[in-house]
Amino acid sequence: MSLDLPLVFTVLMGAAILLYVLFDGYDLGIGMLMPGAERDEQELMVASIGPFWDANETWLVLGVGILLAAFPIAHGMILGALYLPVAAMLIGLMLRGVAFEFRMKAEGWHRDLWNWLFWFGSFGASFSQGWMLGRYITGFQPGFAYAVFSLLVGAALCGGYVFIGATWLILKTEGPLQRKALGWTRWGLAWVALGVALVSMATPLVSNTVFQKWFDFPRTFALMLLPAATLGAGLWVWFATGRLGAAARETTPREWIPLAGAVSIFTLCFAGLAYSLFPYVVIDRLTLWEAAAHPSALRVVLAGFLVVLPFLLAYTVYAHRVFRGKVRAPLYE
Amino acid sequence: MSDPELLLLARAQFGLNIGFHILFPALTIALGWVLLYFRLLAWRSGDPAWLDTYRLWAKVFALSFAMGVVSGLTMSFQFGTNWPGYMNTVGNIAGPLLSYEVLFAFFLEATFLGVMLFGMNRVSPAMHLAATAMVAIGTTLSAFWILALNSWMQTPRGHVLEDGALIAGNWAQVIFNPSFPYRFTHMMIASGLTAAFVLAGLSAWRLLRSPEDASARRTLRTGLLMGAVLAPAQVLAGDLHGLNTLEHQPAKIAAIEALWNTTAGAPLVLFAVPNEEKRVNEFALEIPRAASLILAHDAQAQIKGLDAFGPDTPPVAPVFIAFRVMVGMGLMMLALSWVGLWVTRRGALPARALLWILAAFTFAGWIATLAGWLVTEIGRQPWLVAGILRTADAAGEATGAQLGASLTGYALVYAVMLLAYLVVLTHLAGQGAERAGHRFPATPPNR
Repeated sequence: MSLDLPLVFTVLMGAAILLYVLFDGYDLGIGMLMPGAERDEQELMVASIGPFWDANETWLVLGVGILLAAFPIAHGMILGALYLPVAAMLIGLMLRGVAFEFRMKAEGWHRDLWNWLFWFGSFGASFSQGWMLGRYITGFQPGFAYAVFSLLVGAALCGGYVFIGATWLILKTEGPLQRKALGWTRWGLAWVALGVALVSMATPLVSNTVFQKWFDFPRTFALMLLPAATLGAGLWVWFATGRLGAAARETTPREWIPLAGAVSIFTLCFAGLAYSLFPYVVIDRLTLWEAAAHPSALRVVLAGFLVVLPFLLAYTVYAHRVFRGKVRAPLYE
Repeated sequence: MSDPELLLLARAQFGLNIGFHILFPALTIALGWVLLYFRLLAWRSGDPAWLDTYRLWAKVFALSFAMGVVSGLTMSFQFGTNWPGYMNTVGNIAGPLLSYEVLFAFFLEATFLGVMLFGMNRVSPAMHLAATAMVAIGTTLSAFWILALNSWMQTPRGHVLEDGALIAGNWAQVIFNPSFPYRFTHMMIASGLTAAFVLAGLSAWRLLRSPEDASARRTLRTGLLMGAVLAPAQVLAGDLHGLNTLEHQPAKIAAIEALWNTTAGAPLVLFAVPNEEKRVNEFALEIPRAASLILAHDAQAQIKGLDAFGPDTPPVAPVFIAFRVMVGMGLMMLALSWVGLWVTRRGALPARALLWILAAFTFAGWIATLAGWLVTEIGRQPWLVAGILRTADAAGEATGAQLGASLTGYALVYAVMLLAYLVVLTHLAGQGAERAGHRFPATPPNR
């Protein structure tokens, strides 16, 4: 069998990371939006993600798991180079995860403290992930310009998560909170537009490899479809939120559009990024074939994937169906 | 990494994380099955008090599970950040085992946990019961894969060298390596005991506040019964695990027994202060020939001492002391559960003093489990993977500043989390007591 196993695993890992960004992105975004909401609205916001966050975070474990199983050398190289942002992200995710539980059970000032830690953890994790991404695409190079670039990506990713979190709230809530979410969506979209534009322009400048891949005429014209589609998706969301806002108090069947638009934008950006990096696992240093584990290990993991994937998708869909519809009450009682 | 201090820092950080992490799976693996039992009883009997019991313990489970998830996530990253040499050397074996845990166990438990915790009014009782079962199965499967990998690191089998890469020649041998069945059994029972004493301890705490609480009396009884059955089982399983270790990791046993020199008719050292420099035990209290009798079932048998293994021996004092803490806790748990079971027969309420002792023993299982892990993990040093990879050769390039900063961060966050966890747990127990006392008066004595 001449199946290119390292390539298969690159696709699987990419899919797992994209799913993580989409799924946990809305959790983290809602965490960051908490200070903008009233107390009873905060309860509904948390209730809209409560049944899912745990499974959502598991996609990150899967992504790292594939990196570790399929590309063990890259796992050590990447995580070693990202030592501090990884630690910061993990601490953020820890605080976010336990704050979920604690804020539901605490009272008085304890509750305020956990609400604050929930926000802080969500923000810290999101920012660190962007920081890691910035370091990763520039091949972990030292220097001031690279550090600024990474901070920029960190801020942009926070905006992106706020954006997708707000679109999730449009789908899951109603009334005044939904109207707030419409505003947040537009605000987040503007932030995303700025971030995507800056990162797209800066990446080819800081990395020659990326520059070569995108500015290779006439292929460049075909590649321009990607930013064009992203722009289209952005406009789609912008006008959809406008119409939803005008549609007054009734629930309309088009509430899924902003979320679908946000998913499209994330997927398109991810595709652009994947194109920039391919075939490197660590840019300019390690290709996916050089980093791959022994075929015997890859075959075993792939067999496990093929067995589990249908079930995994089935019960993920099932859990989302069980909790479909608007949230109207806090999680417990 | 050549600097021994950096290596120690990297190990301290990893040890802190893994030691913090193990607390929560140790509780949730068995608590998942206890929840399933409560849910089943609630469904079969239709008794709202059982449903209330289930709800309370589901909250304890959710809280503990979240703590386990977030600290477990840290582990999967730290393999890369702290031990890149580990994945480079044995990645072809560790990688698949770890990814099988994620694929087969993690998603199962994480997805159905949402349905179990928040879906009671959205799905049928049968489906809710099934979701609870999925969570219990998921946590146990998770332990299966992790312990398979850990056991393989202690007693590696089934691997071959091919083109300079270490790969699995026979996966069945890799997974079911010599120490795996013993370690898995030992850990499962340890989890059962941990859950038993948390159940009994928090129920005792509730009874101290409202002695009429029927629900707390039942869960106290459940915990004591679990403890009384599992504690003797653990003595047996632990003994078999020890004999297995003697066969495959004799240096670890020599460190556990603080046996410096190979001796025929070796004494059992009950207590001592092992002195690594002079290679003697100070203030030793010994039973002559007892170690030979226990380990080889022959009072005259020769037991290999630390001198038989050259420089590749683990540090003696921590292994020696941790082992005694583990066994001591185990024996106290055995005694306490039997006394408790006797005292609570026919629904009697134990004396307040005993309730206080049980409440104090709430986390006895944690202490024993942690001590046990220290024995087995320090006991395999200086190897990370026995005979294949030394711990020192697996360390990464992280600087002292990076290690120090992140270690401080982790330690701080863990301290806050653990404190909050304990506060919320006692709060939950107290709240449960108030609500249960209010809604479900004590069972009549003839029931």
